[in-house]
Amino acid sequence: MGNGTSIGQVRGLGSAHSGSGNWLQERFTGIASLIVSLYLLFSLLMLPSFNFLTVKAWISHTVPATAMILFVVANFWHARSGMLVVIEDYVHEHGTKFAVVTALNLIAFAGAAFGVLSIVRLALGA
Amino acid sequence: MASANKVGARNRPLSPHLQIWRWGPAMLVSILHRVTGGGLSVVGLGVLLWWLGALAGGPASYATFAGVMGAWYGQIVLVGLTWAFFQHLCSGLRHFVLDMGAGYELEANARWSVLTIVISVVLTAGVWACILVR
Repeated sequence: MGNGTSIGQVRGLGSAHSGSGNWLQERFTGIASLIVSLYLLFSLLMLPSFNFLTVKAWISHTVPATAMILFVVANFWHARSGMLVVIEDYVHEHGTKFAVVTALNLIAFAGAAFGVLSIVRLALGA
Repeated sequence: MASANKVGARNRPLSPHLQIWRWGPAMLVSILHRVTGGGLSVVGLGVLLWWLGALAGGPASYATFAGVMGAWYGQIVLVGLTWAFFQHLCSGLRHFVLDMGAGYELEANARWSVLTIVISVVLTAGVWACILVR
């Protein structure tokens, strides 16, 4: 470890042991989203119409409700992983980055919670 | 030491950005993957939550949602989201292949880059044909 260029300062320190975590999460949640999206796409396209009663009756069934909850969780997680990479690429100042990543995490968890609760209300007969 | 390096680092040459390179299929699909991902995260998940919230809210709130999405501007948003979804899906699958170390030959790379766009447009047209002919 030297004190010259930025790469010279970290050379020889070894792995951070956390670099691949978010990268793998992007892949895992991407696969989950792919599977559940295709099911929901075909299930929705087979509905006779998209009016209130038809869609409400559809999402009140156990399997579509389960799929929609998985869809919400997988996609908010996937969006959080992806947007984190975008933020890390474009926001370099430490304080700003901390604030933006905090906001991202709050929005991702709040959005997923709202989506899951809406589906649970419908499935349990709102 | 740290502050001296920071000043030095600011003057160091940066990697050339979008405006420097000649555009090619792989570059276009790469930036489209990021743009469609951002659009789906912000607009797509927003519309999804509005739809679920309106359903849980009852017939009146669902009518408001359906009114906006049925209007011409709502239809543009929904068709755009459908295309963004399929484009992100196709280029995401392309990334899985690239992650495995395959598909880097220039000709194959360019061909599959163009095909992700062709397939996403065809699938978008197919889904909306299914919706409209019903």
